[in-house]
Amino acid sequence: MSASTPTKTPLTKRPAGGGDGTARTYASYARPAWQRLLLTRETAIIALLVVVLVWANVNVPNFDGPLTVYYLFLDLMPILLIALPMTLIIITGEIDLSVASTVALTSAFTGVLFTDAGFSFPVAALAAIAIGAVCGAFNGFLVGYVGLPSLAVTIGTLALYRGIAVGLLGTEAKTGFPDEWADRVTDRIGETSYPQGLVVFLVLAVVFALLLHFSSFGRGVFEIGLNDEAARFSGVDVARTKLVLFMLAGAVSGLAGVYYTLRFDLSRGDSATGMELQVIAAVLLGGVSIFGGRGALHGVIAGVLLIGVIASAMRLEGQTQNVTNIVTGVLLIASVIIPRLLSWASGRLPRRTRGDT
Amino acid sequence: MSATLTKSAPTPGAGGGTPGRGAAVRGALGGALRSREIAVAVVLLVVVAVATVRNDSFLLSADGWRDLLLTPSILLLLAAGQMMVIVTRSVDLSVGSTMALTAYLTGRLFIDVPGIPIIVVVLAGVALGAVLGLVNGVLVAYGQVPALVITLGTMYVYRGIMLTWAGSDRINAGDMPSGFLALGTKQVLTIPLLTIVAVAVVAVVGYYLHTARSGRELYAIGSDPDAAKLYGLKVPTRVLTAFVLCGALAGLAGVVHAARYGTVSSGVGNGIELQAVGAAVIGGVAIFGGSGTVWGAAIGAVLLVTINRALPILGIPDFWQRAVVGALILGAVVLDRVLALRQSRKYDEEREG
Repeated sequence: MSASTPTKTPLTKRPAGGGDGTARTYASYARPAWQRLLLTRETAIIALLVVVLVWANVNVPNFDGPLTVYYLFLDLMPILLIALPMTLIIITGEIDLSVASTVALTSAFTGVLFTDAGFSFPVAALAAIAIGAVCGAFNGFLVGYVGLPSLAVTIGTLALYRGIAVGLLGTEAKTGFPDEWADRVTDRIGETSYPQGLVVFLVLAVVFALLLHFSSFGRGVFEIGLNDEAARFSGVDVARTKLVLFMLAGAVSGLAGVYYTLRFDLSRGDSATGMELQVIAAVLLGGVSIFGGRGALHGVIAGVLLIGVIASAMRLEGQTQNVTNIVTGVLLIASVIIPRLLSWASGRLPRRTRGDT
Repeated sequence: MSATLTKSAPTPGAGGGTPGRGAAVRGALGGALRSREIAVAVVLLVVVAVATVRNDSFLLSADGWRDLLLTPSILLLLAAGQMMVIVTRSVDLSVGSTMALTAYLTGRLFIDVPGIPIIVVVLAGVALGAVLGLVNGVLVAYGQVPALVITLGTMYVYRGIMLTWAGSDRINAGDMPSGFLALGTKQVLTIPLLTIVAVAVVAVVGYYLHTARSGRELYAIGSDPDAAKLYGLKVPTRVLTAFVLCGALAGLAGVVHAARYGTVSSGVGNGIELQAVGAAVIGGVAIFGGSGTVWGAAIGAVLLVTINRALPILGIPDFWQRAVVGALILGAVVLDRVLALRQSRKYDEEREG
C-alpha cells in the first residue's frame, strides 16, 4: 500500500499507541502534560476547523445564516456516520473501500422491500441495516479469518455490492417513502438549525468513542495496528476484532443507506458513487495513520467537518465543486506531508531536549 | 513465463522432487494451471467462445471483431502502468483523473492551435501524464508518505483542475481533425491501430520488467523495501520511475480515449482507477507488491472489458456486470491465497522430508 516504509525515526520520538494523545514514550513524557494534550494532530485539525469557521463567518456572506449549518449537517451525515467505523478499521491498518457500495445496496434493498415487498418502513430499514452488517461480515471474514489483504478484498466487494444494487433496480428509481420517517430525519431540533438526524450520529459517536478509547476492545484495535503479531501474542483476538469492525462498518453503512433513501426520497443503484474515497480522505485528514496504530475520533469528526465547512463556504462564495475538490485534495496531501517536513526539520535542529532527558 | 522473484524459485525444486514420466507430465500440467496468466487466458477464451456460440457476431462479424480488440485498449494501457506501481508496493489512484486531464488537453490543443501535428499532441498528452506521475512519485518516494493517501489527494486535485479548466464545455468530434479521429478506427490487417499500440506498450513494459536491471529492482523493492534499501538499491528513484511511467501511460490512455470516442466529457475515466487495480489483481499481481507479470495484468484487463460486453449476450442483464466483475476479483484473491497456502505447505513437507 505504501511505497516504502516510513523513514526510521528514532524510537523515542515515535508516538506509540496513544490515540487519545497520550504517547507512551520517554520523550513524550518528558514534555509537560499541557503540551502532550495540545500539540497533537487532532488539535491541529480542530484549530484549523475553528480558524476556517471564524474566517467564513466574518468573510463569507450568508455563512452565518440558519440554512448553512442545516444543510451542512444534512449533506455530511452519511460521511460523518461511516467515518466512525472507518476510523477503527484504518487504525487496525486495514481499509474498507466497499462502504459506498454498501450504502447503495442497502438503499436499493430498502426501496425493494418497502415498495415491492410491501414491508412497513421500519422493518425494511432494519432489514437493510442487517444486510449491511452481512456485507461487512463478508469483508471481515475474508480479511480476518482467510487473511486476505483488505485493499484487494474491498475493491472486489466494491464492485460486487454496487453490482447487486444496480442489478436489483436496473434503471428504476423507487420513490414515495413515508414522509413521517423522512421528517424525523430532516426536521430541525426545536428552534435550532440542526437536523434531528444529528442525534443518531451523536449517539453513535459517543458509542464509538467509548469503544475505541475507553475499552479493552479499543486498545486491541490500536495494538493490531501497531503490530498484529504482538497483539495476537498479548491475547487480542485479531481475526474476531477485524470481523467485528468490518461488520460495524457494514451496519453503519446500512444506516447511512437508509438515511440516504429518506433524505432524497430516492432509492437507486447508483447513489453515493465515490463516497468511499470521500470518507477515507476525511478520516486521513483527521489524523489517522494509514499504517495503522494512531488516530482519534475527535480528530476524524473535525476532519469531516473541515471538508464540509470548506465546501459550503466555497459554495457560498460562488466557487464550483471543482475548486472545492482541489482544496480537499491539497489538504489531504498537506496533512501527511507537513508532519513529515516538520520531523525532517526538527531532525536538523540541534537536539537540546534530547540531551536533557 | 514466470517473471516473479518469488514464483521462479520453486520451479526447479518442484521438478526435482517428482521423478517419473507421468509425474513430469502432471507437473507440467500443474505448472500451466498454476500460471495465472494461462488460467486467466483460458477463462477469457471460454468467455469469448461461449459468447460467440450464443451470437456469432460477437467474434465473427467485422464490428464484433473490431470491438473485441479495440475496447480493452484503454484499460490495457492503464493496467500496464498500474501494475508497475503495484509491484513496488504502491498504488496509483489518480490514473483516471490523469487520463481525463490529458484527454481534455488533446481536444484543447486541436482547438487552440489549428493545424498542430498529431504526433505533437500525442507527445504532449504523454508528457503531461508523465509530469502528473512525477508529482505523485516525488511526493510518495521523497515525502515518505503512503501512496494511497497521496494519489487519493491528487485524484481529487487533477480531476478538479480538469473540471475547472474545462468549465461547462466539452470536446466534440467536430473539434478534432479527421486524421486524428481516423486513428481511432484505423485497422492494420483488421487489427485496430490503437490495440496494436496498447499491445506494443504492454510488450515493452513486459520486456523491461523481465530483463532490465531497473525493472527487476522494482520487484525487489516491492518484495521487501527494507532489504532492497540495505542491498543498496536506489529505492526512491525506482519508485519515482514507476510513477512517472504509470502517469505517462495514463496520459497516453487519455489521448487514446479522445481518438477512440471523439468526445471528451467531464466524466472521462471516473472510477477507472479501481478497474485498473482490479485488472492487475485478477491477473495475479500481488497487491502488496513483489510479484506478478504485466502479461497477467493485461489479460486481466481484457477479461474485465470482454466480460462486460459478453454478459448481455449470455442472457445476463448488463446491470449485473459489475457484480460479476466483483466476484471475479474476489475469486482471484481467494485463489491466490489458496495457492500460496498449498505452496508453503509443500515447502514445509520438503523441509521435513
